[in-house]
Amino acid sequence: MGVVLTASDLRKGLKLEIDGEPYMVVDFEFSKPGKGQALYRCRLKNMITGSQFDRTYRSVDKFNAADLEEQSMEFLYKDGSRYTFMNTSSYEQIEITEEQVGDAINYLTENLVVDMLLFEGRPIGISLPNFVELKVVQADPGIKGDTAAGATKPVTLETGFVIQVPLFIEEGELLKVDTRTGSYVERVK
Amino acid sequence: MTEREALASKKPFLVLRSNVLQAIRTFFLGEDFIEIQTPVRTPTPAPEQHIEAVPADGWFLSTSPELYMKRLLASGYERIFQIAPAFRRGEHGKLHHPEFIMLEWYRLESDYEVLKQDCRNLLTHVCRVIDCSANIANQNHFLTVEGDWQHLTVREAFLRFASWDPVMNYDPDRFDVDLVDKVEPRLGFPRPCILSDYPIYQAALARSKPGNPTIAERFELYWAGIELANGFSELNDPHEQRSRFLEALDMRHRDGKSVYPLPEKFLESLEFLPSCAGIALGIDRLVMMLSGANQLDHVVAFPPELA
Repeated sequence: MGVVLTASDLRKGLKLEIDGEPYMVVDFEFSKPGKGQALYRCRLKNMITGSQFDRTYRSVDKFNAADLEEQSMEFLYKDGSRYTFMNTSSYEQIEITEEQVGDAINYLTENLVVDMLLFEGRPIGISLPNFVELKVVQADPGIKGDTAAGATKPVTLETGFVIQVPLFIEEGELLKVDTRTGSYVERVK
Repeated sequence: MTEREALASKKPFLVLRSNVLQAIRTFFLGEDFIEIQTPVRTPTPAPEQHIEAVPADGWFLSTSPELYMKRLLASGYERIFQIAPAFRRGEHGKLHHPEFIMLEWYRLESDYEVLKQDCRNLLTHVCRVIDCSANIANQNHFLTVEGDWQHLTVREAFLRFASWDPVMNYDPDRFDVDLVDKVEPRLGFPRPCILSDYPIYQAALARSKPGNPTIAERFELYWAGIELANGFSELNDPHEQRSRFLEALDMRHRDGKSVYPLPEKFLESLEFLPSCAGIALGIDRLVMMLSGANQLDHVVAFPPELA
């Protein structure tokens, strides 16, 4: 049961429940006709589908805060297209689909701990750590001595993710990857 | 940006602002108005459902000079204007500062039609004097004061842009929301728009149309979707005015808001107030429009964040 909020609680980043779905206020503007009531014009983004819409709230309007929580989850294994995670505090296991995993699929390795966003107990998003370490499983050999600045080649990582790296990187190496940009950071010794 | 850099960068806007103020004064002085100053701190702000007065040491900061101006009119002053700060608690946004500068002017023996013409004459004069050639670049829109201004009644505007009739079927829950979301964004491109004849429930201190008690002789001036001024044929019936104030106070009480003392001196003066009209115009917004600034903050030397 969500906390009841009023228009004076409105701010960017606030998360509301509307018609059973979680929305985030991505923008809002105070407006008021000279003799009329205060109005809060909001742009709302559905946290599951990403779709956006505008709604104007009056100062007397009330709405529910979204029942959201973040849980620390360890990725255990994948079975076909179902991914099993374990809650690191309660040890409860939860299965989510490939679709629910989303882009995180490129970075998930066994035992990786992520923050999972749950709405009313349902997983709706995954927050990865900023950096992960992934092994190169396929790389064309670089030409020895080719240290031309900026020259890169694609390699495939253990998750199937293809990434651009400097030419000296070889198969079997462990790389540090920035999950926010999907780019190579450095080799891990 | 440092404060010195921020202030220095505002200079062209503040120079234009200074010129606009002088142009406004010469316009009114040329029309035989006298400039008046009335208290910024008052014991009795006008009771309105949606306007909050800032408390000031037992009294209140003025939300508008209106009540004082009308007391002067009731004493025989014929044409008066004032440029003064107004304070409204809780109003802060792109087009709202909690403290702003208001121009108000009042005339005896006039009704709101005369004020509509005043708006036109004033804006035309100001645009000519500050030499913006009445063509002002406002972001992507071409704006001008030349040519025939758009005139719409509130009923026409709502039927056209919101598909309902606020005069026959007034709905307080929908009126303000649709005004802001659906009607205002369509008004005043490229030249200003007069939105006139509000439903009586939105009359404020305006009198009703003789012979038509469902409509108030109130209009607003819009330009590029922005509310610039609010004018009316003034209500001078003390009983009606008292009853409207009491209703406003009642609604404030019901909404859990503070209740202000009734402005008794103003109500007494209404016995002597001849037929007259008055209007309030937001100077900061007008200067913003005329300067092509895209933010109110650019034309105010010290907006709230920099004060």
